[in-house]
Amino acid sequence: MSGDCRSARGGGDLQRSQPLRFEFDGRSYQGLQGDTLASALLANGVHLIGRSFKYHRPRGIMAAGPEDPNALVTIRRDAARSTPNLNATQVELYDGLVAYSQNRWPSLRFDTARINDLLSRFIPSGFYYKTFMWPRKAWHSLYEPRIRAAAGLGVASTEADPDLYAQCYGHCELLIVGAGPAGIAAALTAAASGARVMLCDEQALPGGSLRTGTSARIGGQDAADWLRESVQKLTAAPNVTLLTRTTAFGYLPHNMVALSERLSDHLATPPPGKPRERLWQVCARQVILATGAIERPLVFPGNDRPGVMLAGAARSFLNRYGVLPGARVVVLTAHDDAYQTAIDLKAAGVQIAALADMRTDPAGPHVEAARSAGIAVRTGTTAVGTRGNLRVTAVGLAGLDSNGAVAGAADWVKCDALLMSGGYTPSVHLHSQARGKLRWDEATHAFVPGAAAAGCRSVGACNGLIGAELVRVFEQATAAAADALRECGIHDQPGAIAISKELAVSEDRGASGGWIGALPQPAGAKAGKAFVDWQNDVTAADLKLAVREGFRSIEHIKRYTTTGMATDQGKTSNLNALAIAAQQLGRAIPEVGLTTFRLPYLPVGFGGLAGYARGDFFAPVRKTPMYDWAADRGAVFEPVAMWQRARYFPERGEDMHQAVARECAAVRRSCGLFDASTLGKIEVAGPDAIEFMNRMYVNNWSSLAVGRCRYGILLRDDGFVYDDGVVARLSDDRLHVTTTTGGAPRVLGMMEDYLQTEWPHLKVWLTSTTEQWAVIAVQGPQARAVLEPLVEQADLSAAALPHMAMTRGLVCGVPAMIFRVSFTGELGYEINVPADYGAEVWRAIWASGQAHGMCTYGTEAMHVLRAEKGYIIVGQDTDGTMTPDDAGVSWAVGKNKPEFVGMVSLRKPALQDPRRKQLVGLLTVDPAHVLEEGSQIAAEPGQRPPMRLIGHVTSSYYSSVLGRSIALAVVSAGRSRLGQTLYVPTAHGESTVTVTQPVFYDPKGERLNA
Amino acid sequence: MLIIPCPYCGPRPELEFSYGGQAHVTRPTAASNPSPAEWNAFQYERANLKGLHAERWRHIHGCARFFNVVRDTTTDEILRSYRSGEK
Repeated sequence: MSGDCRSARGGGDLQRSQPLRFEFDGRSYQGLQGDTLASALLANGVHLIGRSFKYHRPRGIMAAGPEDPNALVTIRRDAARSTPNLNATQVELYDGLVAYSQNRWPSLRFDTARINDLLSRFIPSGFYYKTFMWPRKAWHSLYEPRIRAAAGLGVASTEADPDLYAQCYGHCELLIVGAGPAGIAAALTAAASGARVMLCDEQALPGGSLRTGTSARIGGQDAADWLRESVQKLTAAPNVTLLTRTTAFGYLPHNMVALSERLSDHLATPPPGKPRERLWQVCARQVILATGAIERPLVFPGNDRPGVMLAGAARSFLNRYGVLPGARVVVLTAHDDAYQTAIDLKAAGVQIAALADMRTDPAGPHVEAARSAGIAVRTGTTAVGTRGNLRVTAVGLAGLDSNGAVAGAADWVKCDALLMSGGYTPSVHLHSQARGKLRWDEATHAFVPGAAAAGCRSVGACNGLIGAELVRVFEQATAAAADALRECGIHDQPGAIAISKELAVSEDRGASGGWIGALPQPAGAKAGKAFVDWQNDVTAADLKLAVREGFRSIEHIKRYTTTGMATDQGKTSNLNALAIAAQQLGRAIPEVGLTTFRLPYLPVGFGGLAGYARGDFFAPVRKTPMYDWAADRGAVFEPVAMWQRARYFPERGEDMHQAVARECAAVRRSCGLFDASTLGKIEVAGPDAIEFMNRMYVNNWSSLAVGRCRYGILLRDDGFVYDDGVVARLSDDRLHVTTTTGGAPRVLGMMEDYLQTEWPHLKVWLTSTTEQWAVIAVQGPQARAVLEPLVEQADLSAAALPHMAMTRGLVCGVPAMIFRVSFTGELGYEINVPADYGAEVWRAIWASGQAHGMCTYGTEAMHVLRAEKGYIIVGQDTDGTMTPDDAGVSWAVGKNKPEFVGMVSLRKPALQDPRRKQLVGLLTVDPAHVLEEGSQIAAEPGQRPPMRLIGHVTSSYYSSVLGRSIALAVVSAGRSRLGQTLYVPTAHGESTVTVTQPVFYDPKGERLNA
Repeated sequence: MLIIPCPYCGPRPELEFSYGGQAHVTRPTAASNPSPAEWNAFQYERANLKGLHAERWRHIHGCARFFNVVRDTTTDEILRSYRSGEK
């Protein structure tokens, strides 16, 4: 059944002088410029395009637009540019295009999984909930992978996407979605006003239903000529942006509409360096939806064979692409529109074997036109089945009695195409996404837009004007455009086009009719599968089964049967599914209601959504002034918040543990150099700075002298530790507050919140100074000796600058703040210099340190060194449910304070419970065993699950200086358990530990105060 | 995307703002010795209403100020915005 099916008639989208070669499943074919892959395949007589999702039934092309549920293909340019699940009706043909069918093995014509169709009574909807349950283990290892492999879509490339994707914003007074007759009329109206207008259409060429073929004349000329002139007018207008190949896929709050513009998928050679797609985020004052309507298929047995097609689609294929769907066709309809298809096809030389109308007494201009064209109309006729394997060969037509029941035997009519129409369903997707309401219209059997979201209007077929005369569409569209402009304050609209003149319509025929739900079938007949959702292989029987099994809500029926849940989101199936469910439930359609419309309207590639945000542009990377120095020395970095921090500095093939052991030993023995620039820094300044800090932090800041530092703790109002850091008093009215690296933005945000909204009368100014200062930590017994030669105008002696004091001076001639602070337990300084001098001062300190055996250390050694001293890390040793007392730092909480954040919560009995988890140290009996962080802790040995667990390990390292492992943990009533033996269950048996104080090294702090 | 009218800077896209939860929640002072019920109400009880909702926003990538917005949670329509401390 192959060969040339190209007609000399129609083909309005084609450039017939430009042949193109393309490949489908390895075979070479010829198409024409202007073809879609679908039309080109049909022109070559290829109707078998794919295999269905579940039953692997042969499938062909059903629709001409993106609503087609069957013809999913993979388009492959190269290994990285292989795009699965594209709709053949949307793929524009280019020379050299290579396409593959999907979900078949070994080949499309012979697919072994076709056996699923014969086994279908064992795999009804929801079968995976009912069968394959035993043995339980086999679900993950055997059943699920097999079921998933058999139920298939295409395979995405595993290589990185090499293409570029652009993103941009659009701003306009009026966005019009859909460039059919309604959208164009609205755009012409708005264009004349001078307002900024954007008009987008998913097709390569604007025109919508006008391209499908109409008898109407507009403004005294052929519809095609009017369309060409109108598009020229809009393209020339400087205030109009016309976007084709652009799908409006999401309607977001405040009239932001997301558009996906395909820029180069239709080109044989996409221009290098240019984007493949552009994602528009259009902020429109007003939106007009002119998205048209989608033709409904009819639900009867065997309605899915290749060659069964929507009647409107067949007319599109003829009039747009000059393609004949077959040589001898049967038209089955419940709507006038299909008559035009029969008339056009007959004029193109196709034999109309039958035009069957389900209605008993169809009348009107369409019926008359068909009869006068010599087409025999069988009224009151339905279909009871089809025959054929890889293509339909016959359809069984049967008469309906006055009650609408099948009467008499089927008359099997030979055909090679069956064209069906159940009428049209308005495309209310975007209206609904915008949270507009829907209204059931009994006259047209359709859900149509009711109350719309602010600034959103629907016009034309998507607003329920199904089959209406074009003049009514124009009236609605031009009025909506004028209203929308007035909403934008544009009242004066000279030069607007006139319905009576430019948009005058003649020789138009309104169409009506329609059918929803399954077609009547002979009683007791063993009918074949009547498909409702082609893409997910859901039949009318599946829906009835769901209702019989007790599902009542349409949302549940949808999920159970998966109807409407495929990539087409039920564009052709939802209303039929709803009608069948409603009938089975014995309720009216509007009572049952529709399922929710969600974005995207059509699938959008991940590349377009990611846009520029990939690779180096995925997220900002923050680097300290000393980053390059560390990178040059081969530092291994780790991300901390957005910072890249040096984790360790391996030498001569060291692994991390060797490097960390060496770095820790150097700090304890002589001196270490550490980049602490990422520390968050907030300057709190103003006459009320101390008062503000008294209210924010738990500490008492009034007693902090100028030039002194204090360890500060910030709680949330729930009483739990939020952040910590050293705070220095720079002057009477100025504090230098440091925060954790990751906490800086949220601490500043929290301070601003309380300052602006709780205590706005306090005279305080908060400034983030994190990036103004480079912070160089010099830690170890030799720290003073290393620094002294470089420092002027400051005294580093223990007497002048004791632990937790700060001073100003010059370091290498650079003005510096020098803090005597330590996160290692050693004599230590943190030198703050303006960030631009950071690298230079760092190099000078490094040079000075060489004579003292100085070593650079990274965050990993820093973690070990602080754990040896029992210094907590907020977020590691605390988890957002720990009070200062739990963390063992209740000494920091100021006494007799009237107020601080979290103070009230700390009074709660639950937060004072002595059984709360408290920070302790753990020493393993086996000194070589390093516990896993996160391990659970038990009081009794040898428990079996479920165990009684009393805490967990928060930090655990091997300490070189102690020659053994150490751990910090939080344990229920931990401080009352000092000396107790506890048990840590691990994957390799139980580890026995002893509870200790959390300070393992130099508990008296002699080294700190040296 | 919401277009949020900052009372200091004018209408700006949602990207420039951070959300701050329900507005007009009064924080009891420690000195007032709030009852557990009062404190719990401040800490945890929020209206979560359907309809007009007064909520806090912060123009974090602009003037950095907190302010209040009345938004219809069913339509996302913003009826008005006003400075902190105003009603």
